[in-house]
Amino acid sequence: MTSELDIFVGNTTLIDEDVYRLWLDGYSVGDAVALRVRSGILEQTGATAAVLQSDTMDHYRTFHMLERLLHAPPKLLHQLIYQIPPSRQALLIERYYAFDEAFVREVLGKKLSKGTKKDLDDISTKTGITLKSCRRQFDNFKRVFKVVEEMRGSLVDNIQQHFLLSDRLARDYAAIVFFANNRFETGKKKLQYLSFGDFAFCAELMIQNWTLGAVDSQVDDMDMDLDKEFLQDLKELKVLVADKDLLDLHKSLVCTALRGKLGVFSEMEANFKNLSRGLVNVATKLTHNKDVRDLFVDLVEKFVEPCRSDHWPLSDVRLFLNQYSASVHSLDGFRNLPKAVRPHLAAPPPLPQRVSPCGHQRGCHKT
Amino acid sequence: MPGKLKVKIVAGRHLPVMDRASDLTDAFVEVKFGNTTFKTDVYPKSLNPQWNSEWFKFEVDDEDLQDEPLQITVLDHDTYSANDAIGKVYIDIDPLLYSEAATVISGWFPIYDTIHGIRGEINVVVKVDLFNDLNRFRQSSCGVKFFCTTSIPKCYRAVIIHGFVEELVVNEDPEYQWIDRIRTPRASNEARQRLISLMSGELQRKIGLKVLEMRGNAVVGYLQCFDLEGESGLVVRAIGTACTLDKLSSPAAFLPACNSPSKEMKEIPFNEDPNPNTHSSGPSTPLKNQTYSFSPSKSYSRQSSSSDTDLSLTPKTAPYPQGPRIYLCPSSPSLSCGSLHLKKSCLLLSESSLPPHHSSLVSPVLRKSVSFSEELFLAASGMGSGSAGKEGGPFKALLRQQTQSALEQREFPFFTLTAFPPGFLVHVGGVVSARSVKLLDRIHNPDEPETRDAWWAEIRQEIKSHAKALGCHAVVGYSESTSICEEVCILSASGTAAVLNPRFLQDGTVEGCLEQRLEENLPAGCGFCHIPYDELNMPFPAHLTYCYNCRKQKVPDVLFTTIDLPTDATVIGKGCLIQARLCRLKKKAQAEANATAISNLLPFMEYEVHTQLMNKLKLKGMNALFGLRIQITVGENMLMGLASATGVYLAALPTPGGIQIAGKTPNDGSYEQHISHMQKKINDTIAKNKELYEINPPEISEEIIGSPIPEPRQRSRLLRSQSESSDEVTELDLSHGKKDAFVLEIDDTDAMEDVHSLLTDVPPPSGFYSCNTEIMPGINNWTSEIQMFTSVRVIRLSSLNLTNQALNKNFNDLCENLLKSLYFKLRSMIPCCLCHVNFTVSLPEDELIQVTVTAVAITFDKNQALQTTKAHVEKSLQRASTDNEELLQFPLELCSDSLPSHPFPPAKAVTVEKTSPMGEGNFRNRSAAPCANSTVGVVKMTPLSFIPGAKITKYLGIINMFFIRETTSLREEGGVSGFLHAFIAEVFAMVRAHVAALGGNAVVSYIMKQCVFMENPNKNQAQCLINVSGDAVVFARESELEVVSTQQPAANCQPACTGGEVTT
Repeated sequence: MTSELDIFVGNTTLIDEDVYRLWLDGYSVGDAVALRVRSGILEQTGATAAVLQSDTMDHYRTFHMLERLLHAPPKLLHQLIYQIPPSRQALLIERYYAFDEAFVREVLGKKLSKGTKKDLDDISTKTGITLKSCRRQFDNFKRVFKVVEEMRGSLVDNIQQHFLLSDRLARDYAAIVFFANNRFETGKKKLQYLSFGDFAFCAELMIQNWTLGAVDSQVDDMDMDLDKEFLQDLKELKVLVADKDLLDLHKSLVCTALRGKLGVFSEMEANFKNLSRGLVNVATKLTHNKDVRDLFVDLVEKFVEPCRSDHWPLSDVRLFLNQYSASVHSLDGFRNLPKAVRPHLAAPPPLPQRVSPCGHQRGCHKT
Repeated sequence: MPGKLKVKIVAGRHLPVMDRASDLTDAFVEVKFGNTTFKTDVYPKSLNPQWNSEWFKFEVDDEDLQDEPLQITVLDHDTYSANDAIGKVYIDIDPLLYSEAATVISGWFPIYDTIHGIRGEINVVVKVDLFNDLNRFRQSSCGVKFFCTTSIPKCYRAVIIHGFVEELVVNEDPEYQWIDRIRTPRASNEARQRLISLMSGELQRKIGLKVLEMRGNAVVGYLQCFDLEGESGLVVRAIGTACTLDKLSSPAAFLPACNSPSKEMKEIPFNEDPNPNTHSSGPSTPLKNQTYSFSPSKSYSRQSSSSDTDLSLTPKTAPYPQGPRIYLCPSSPSLSCGSLHLKKSCLLLSESSLPPHHSSLVSPVLRKSVSFSEELFLAASGMGSGSAGKEGGPFKALLRQQTQSALEQREFPFFTLTAFPPGFLVHVGGVVSARSVKLLDRIHNPDEPETRDAWWAEIRQEIKSHAKALGCHAVVGYSESTSICEEVCILSASGTAAVLNPRFLQDGTVEGCLEQRLEENLPAGCGFCHIPYDELNMPFPAHLTYCYNCRKQKVPDVLFTTIDLPTDATVIGKGCLIQARLCRLKKKAQAEANATAISNLLPFMEYEVHTQLMNKLKLKGMNALFGLRIQITVGENMLMGLASATGVYLAALPTPGGIQIAGKTPNDGSYEQHISHMQKKINDTIAKNKELYEINPPEISEEIIGSPIPEPRQRSRLLRSQSESSDEVTELDLSHGKKDAFVLEIDDTDAMEDVHSLLTDVPPPSGFYSCNTEIMPGINNWTSEIQMFTSVRVIRLSSLNLTNQALNKNFNDLCENLLKSLYFKLRSMIPCCLCHVNFTVSLPEDELIQVTVTAVAITFDKNQALQTTKAHVEKSLQRASTDNEELLQFPLELCSDSLPSHPFPPAKAVTVEKTSPMGEGNFRNRSAAPCANSTVGVVKMTPLSFIPGAKITKYLGIINMFFIRETTSLREEGGVSGFLHAFIAEVFAMVRAHVAALGGNAVVSYIMKQCVFMENPNKNQAQCLINVSGDAVVFARESELEVVSTQQPAANCQPACTGGEVTT
């Protein structure tokens, strides 16, 4: 006796959260059943393995049919075929677009192309995430990217509107899209200690302060591409290290302000020129695409690592950077900054979440 | 009398990409009704076209309005080649044809294609202007309301229940026409869908005409079925119960009917067959058809129950002239016929005064045929009515005879209802059923479906005579079904023989006085259990005892019925679903040989199914079955029997005896040990079940009851062969003689298996209950969460070593596993009850068994003990019963001096207040739908006639839809499971969309009547046909009702928003 056909269709579509998770994680029906058995569900409910198998198959089929709609979440809301309560719809969408930290770190900043997709096997092996799940996550990134790529308006809003994601998840996707668009290198060994959250934090501030959207909210791609004019303007920062007097003045301003406030004051004082040079060099090179991509690598090399070797505490880094950028304003020649740079400066100084280069970076650019 | 149909095409959305190059579609719409077609403009390059068309107007006959569906086709414009069809929407405009239902159909409909399924949605507005409003009931049957619900719909009151209506139409099946060889599967499917839609429209109109002839205005319990007879054609048939319904808010409408009783007398055409020769086989087929029943007429008496003698009331003289007069006014066709009836009714009156022995004397002669018996009676007593009237026999008997003769005028005194107004059902005799095996032949003249009509007429006669044998004049809970395999067809009909109270069957003038007395004397909660037949002259051997409730009248030891549990029945504990499952192998054969083989197998199957049911019932410690439905399915090489019913413990019936096992070889020690072990297991199970279902009847001292003490009887063995005392081959003695304890004799492995299988039925996990009736006895604190579902399973039997046992086991496992799966899936709803569990078995191919289940899971509140919930429950109960009274109360009753005490269960007893706590004004604005903030309005679906925690405020019309889905890429669509899963989901979606477009928010009495699935995996093909029906309604949550009254203006505009309108 074999079951040829076995289905259950409810007027309200039944969604089992646990099975949904297993499905999203890319487990086969067999594996999912095994995992469910291990969870002790048979003992709790007195069901048999056959029942569990049938139930799992059924849910998998339902999810498979829903997947098409999940690709365009507003469709899920308007479709008539599956009657799903709104709260469940939200859950379906949110979970479908959720991603694994380990996975996103692997593809963050990579071009979302077929080539990258081919590498998913390796990522799967490396991260222990099933290939199926990797594909779903990758396709989600790519789909969101494609949809919002050429759109006007705020990136986060666009994502939220077209994918009905929660605010938090929409922000994460904005970061992913932003990184993919600018192809920031995040995979180098040096950067491995940074979490996705760290990058997302940087992305948010960069979108706020460095993109076209920061200046003008009515341009295409406004939150995706860096403002070229701004990057050009950054070249003018070169004077901060090129002009000996200015450098000294800057240093003295910073040191005066921070004296007694920094635990690593002497190290800072000794290293000021190197640090400043590092930061300014990173900033001035950003007109080249190649250097944009290496932004995070450079920042870590030129700024984070020196600080770290001197055992700067985080609070000191923050104080230093704040003071570093604030002092610039009192320097001659920086009182009349080009217009484009103004808004960037207007933003409050970023607070790094960890000893992360991003935070610092923004500080320095503001200057 | 013409009408004007107006259609507007508003917009489309989510259309499929039809042009690969642009990834867009150039869509336009064709609107077709009858032979007229309109087109919208092409809306270029969009997947969300906004046509916003003008109003397309069709001027048509109302006959066409009833028959034809509105057909909307969405196409993709193609400049160079033929336009591609995207899909179609069929809209049944019938709900717009009667004033109380919907006034406009407006909303998003899924665009359906038989090959691709749902492809986007279209927004349509449909209106109908009927001219000549006053005259519109004359020529067509527009205005007759149809309900699938098998009880009086919630917001109506039954003025008169007229009786049985049936009709069938036949046609050639387009799938089998020669043209099908050259047309595409799509064209063929669409032709079929359209034809069936047309045929069901026609059928409904014809039934409507019959109802109008009977002076009714509605059909309740309307059941329409399709028989796909293959080569020989397509039959669409329907049965229902004609009623005169009165909307509750307008009680005045009743009065005219009252004042003109003479008109009402014509309600039934006197078309009774003067010579209903029930036992002759159908002339159309060479086949000898076998019909037989559960409760065969072993010896029957026309004498209506003599047990009513305690009820001797002196009748008022007024009703007397009334009684005969009703039958004296025949409609024109034949005066002689009318007089015959006069005589008959007189005779019946007089008969009651005859001593009982007289009737028992005649009864043996009567057995031969019904028609004969009537003639005999006429010959025996040619008295006039006057004397009979003056004699003044027992009042109730008279009453019954009135009814009886009223019913006997009808060709078939059948009622498709399963739940009745209080007091309607007087006694229940038992299940009557008849089956007949027929060979299908081509229907040569579709306009004259005589053969099929004759077949059904035969079966109905059979049922009628069985009911008579049980001393009953009517059959309630009546249904018909077929099972077809190749050219063999089994026709089945079953129902419950019953004695009815006449007050609903004719006009109300007599009732004022009659009713009152009757009700005073009706014992609450047990009356229907009392036997309707003569105790001394029982139609079958049964063990009678005095009713455990009133102790005055006799009751049988078990009671099987096809109806729902009457609301006033006193039940102890909870009920449960009981199923008997059975397979029988059969040799493959052709035509007549096949039919004969099936005919020969049928009695044995019925018998075994019955035995199984009885055993399982005893095992559960219960004594009555409700909602019994036995389905016999015929396949190429086997027959399947599946009986489902809800077992309960009726307080009025005696405690069931246990089951005893007897060994065949008593000397063998180890064998005996084994037997005693089994016996212990059975006893344990019974004890466990009693605990599980909370069956603890009060102890009753023995002497009152009579002799329920088990006497050791020699003959108390299961009769495995046909009863020898039965002289007709087709009759079976299924009552197992008089015995208190059931004895199973284990004499072979077969029997052993049976006992084992008895014990393998696992009870549902704790927190779950299941039943196949509307509600679960013993649970009444429902909460509002409901989940209707359909589950389908197909198993393939290994063709090797197919034995009856292996088959039985497979089938049993299939059903049990299916139930287990359901319990598991719905575990989040615990505590809950699966209600109206409806199993359907079909045998699509040699080794395939398909089981389809539709049911609804309803949650209930476990903490009955909590004071708050109790109060709430009582409140809702009270409300429910108040509603009931409003539904059922007669104005006449209201003005009678003493209030009749309704036989409500104690919990409900406090409902004397006639005025509803909610004023009339409240009733009007219930259309407020709980349309949550989601974009698509929620539409609930349920096979029940009500929605827990809510009140149905309006019936919008019947939903009757037929879909075909076919695929040539089965693997790509996820195999058979993926294909069918998607299709059923689509069917649900289309039903919901239609309901929403009518302005409704739920479908009640939903039923999936057919789900025919065929596959050909080798060709990567599959096809499925689904037929569903139900009643579209508007409901409002009880909690919202109070709010609504304060927000009337807001509520008024609500319905428009429920039409699935998108708010974003």
